[in-house]
Amino acid sequence: MKSSKINITALVLILIALSAVYYKHEKLGLPLKPAEQSDVWTVEAKIQFKANGGPAKAQFYIPRDPPGFIKLNEDFISSNYGLATEQNALNREALWAVRRAKGKQVLYYRMELTRNGSEFKPRTQPRPAYPPVPDYDEPLGAAIRALLSDVRSHSADIATFTRELLSRLNTPKPDQNISLINKAGHGSVEWVRQLIDILAGARIPARIVYVLPLQDLVKHGTLVPWIEVHNDFEWVAFDPVSGRQGFREDVLVWRTGDDPLITVSGGEPGEVDFSISRHALSQVSIAEQWARQTDSRLMDFSLFALPVQTQNVYRIILMVPLGALVIVVLRNLIGLSTFGTFMPVLIALAFRETSLLWGVIMFTMLVVVGLALRLYLEKLKLLLVPRLAAVLTIVIMMIALFSIVSVQLDLERGLSVALFPVVILAMTIERMSIVLEENGSQEAFKLGTGSLIAAIIGYLVMTHEWLGHIIFVFPETLLIVLALTLILGRYTGYRLLELWRFRGLIKEADKP
Amino acid sequence: MKMPWTRLRELGIVGMNQRNAEFIMPYNQRRYYPLVDNKIITKQRAIEKNIPVPQLYGHIELEHQAAHLPALLSQYTEFVIKPANGSGGNGIMVIAGKTASGHFRKSNDSVVHIDEIKHHVSNILSGMYSLGGETDTAIIEYRVKFDPCFENVSFKGVPDIRLIVFRGIPLFAMIRLPTRQSDGRANLHQGAVGVGIDLGTGLTHHGVMQSRPILEHPDTGFPLTGIQIPQWDRILEMAATCYELAPLGYLGVDLVMDRELGPMMLELNARPGLAIQIANQQGLEPILKYAQTLGTIPASAKRRVKVGKLIRQKFAREST
Repeated sequence: MKSSKINITALVLILIALSAVYYKHEKLGLPLKPAEQSDVWTVEAKIQFKANGGPAKAQFYIPRDPPGFIKLNEDFISSNYGLATEQNALNREALWAVRRAKGKQVLYYRMELTRNGSEFKPRTQPRPAYPPVPDYDEPLGAAIRALLSDVRSHSADIATFTRELLSRLNTPKPDQNISLINKAGHGSVEWVRQLIDILAGARIPARIVYVLPLQDLVKHGTLVPWIEVHNDFEWVAFDPVSGRQGFREDVLVWRTGDDPLITVSGGEPGEVDFSISRHALSQVSIAEQWARQTDSRLMDFSLFALPVQTQNVYRIILMVPLGALVIVVLRNLIGLSTFGTFMPVLIALAFRETSLLWGVIMFTMLVVVGLALRLYLEKLKLLLVPRLAAVLTIVIMMIALFSIVSVQLDLERGLSVALFPVVILAMTIERMSIVLEENGSQEAFKLGTGSLIAAIIGYLVMTHEWLGHIIFVFPETLLIVLALTLILGRYTGYRLLELWRFRGLIKEADKP
Repeated sequence: MKMPWTRLRELGIVGMNQRNAEFIMPYNQRRYYPLVDNKIITKQRAIEKNIPVPQLYGHIELEHQAAHLPALLSQYTEFVIKPANGSGGNGIMVIAGKTASGHFRKSNDSVVHIDEIKHHVSNILSGMYSLGGETDTAIIEYRVKFDPCFENVSFKGVPDIRLIVFRGIPLFAMIRLPTRQSDGRANLHQGAVGVGIDLGTGLTHHGVMQSRPILEHPDTGFPLTGIQIPQWDRILEMAATCYELAPLGYLGVDLVMDRELGPMMLELNARPGLAIQIANQQGLEPILKYAQTLGTIPASAKRRVKVGKLIRQKFAREST
């Protein structure tokens, strides 16, 4: 009854935690492993034009929800220009305007992108009408009609039709008709425009899409025209030169349509230069940036919203429940006895600063020397609180001495002990001396090593890289820790060391 | 080959977790803990119930009262100083007499200066030995005179008898005999010998020391089994009555035998340990579980003792 209630509570807690983790992992892309990194592309467009001296306006197309990418960040660098962005169903524009501008003007647009692993969303907008069959100039018209009827007989639907058409146009050994059509310049913008015209001859709606091929360390990139045809359901993209269907992973769709990329009023027509670079970034920061872009409420209420310094404090504090869980396991499942319930957790936190080996050496030395001095203090018959204060003072002086000596010996580690929990150490020494006196050295040694073992295990768990990552990125996993603690709270079975303690009873009972 | 935990379950051995969750938590209400944790309160209530206890000579609550200590102690040559809220026998100083020069002498024959006693008292007051480290009271009481019936089987120190009283019914008993290793203390952890006592007869059986079976006292060499505990029924009745002064369902009662005054209740324990199972070579679980099912518990202590004896007969361990 009672324990089933606890099990249900624990189950609910675990489910809540797991679903939150699932959501944050799947929807926000927070990684489950600490070192996961992704490529982040930085694309910068540099817009140059000459202003006439009066008011100047520049209108520049920028990507809108590029398929297959997540926009992490964008910047508009434009010294004294006013900036507005506008978007419609297809495109997004940056509008720069200034009252007075003369001479060479430079504007920058920069964005950071990362690949989104999930599938492309189909591009359906807008739904076009069937284009009328254009009047081709002769003799081009005859060539096109011949090509179209040939392609039609070798294809089944709009996609295969387009592919077939492109493969014929891209053939290395063009016949007379193809050569005539390719006169426009294979792969050029004019050629792609002509391609749309040709497709109109088959009453297939088509449009130009400008894409930016992403390559690391490109200084002067340009947009490349691609083609999209509508198959009654969605727009299907084709690389007009290779004839491949669909956007490749390394192309960024910049804009759809064939208006000029940049329109300048009050100045000479401008030119645009693209530079591209790539760097690796941890997925945590990618997710963090992206969530900020999308205004996710969840990220607003996450630890990432805190200042970095506070974040670092929480990176440590959030591990303490795990340390406490370790103590629960060690005490209630193993049966290890320690000085004070959570003293080992604090010692383990101190080991974070000193590294494990040095921490253990420090701890043992401080306790042994402190204990010896404490036994001397016993002779002075001091009252408890002044005696504790005296032990504390001695502990601090020993730590200082330790640091000074280690500097002289060029041991850098000795310097990192400053945060050793001196008060806890003083209390430990005090309690240990009482146990030593009351219950003998064996008991004191047992408790001392028990505490040290618990501290070491606590340290190993609390500094575990993956656990630290999970707890910090998904703090809701603390609910799982809580659930485990609840379940262990009702564990009434034997402790491991009790099996040893009662071994005589088994031996006796098993005697024939 | 059965796993050790399955074997222990079969033997009905109660572990620490089970003791806490199934017996202490449901049967011992926290608000009654001060009745057993504070030895002054326990003593007063025991006197009301006519349970003999070592006489209280005086108590010291505040540091400045320690000034009166020499005057108070001068009336006595033998006494015990202990913390009122102590646990596990910690912080106990036993004064066994005076030297010719007027100094006090401890039970281990070392001489103590009055300043040392004062220091010990102030340590007690500052909470060094109390359960939560809170400030404490030092009590000075009658030093139990060691009954000769245990002379052959104890080394220095006073043996004490521990009973487990469940729902007012005495169910388990053992005697703890000090050894050289335990330095005269009746504490099993420190190497005292635990000997199970047959609840029906008061005869000792099975000795254990540090979890190992033992037949003779390690220091005196006398056999540990077959010793008749004097006034056994009186002891059982006293233990059963203790339930009335502190209504804790799972209670440990510690008694000592005084040469002149007979059995005396020394202290009560709200969290009695599990070593009694080793001393008795028998698990607590089936017996406690059976006692849990009893509908009505008799109001008189005498009747409860009878119930306890009947239960133990019912669950008698197969004689070996």
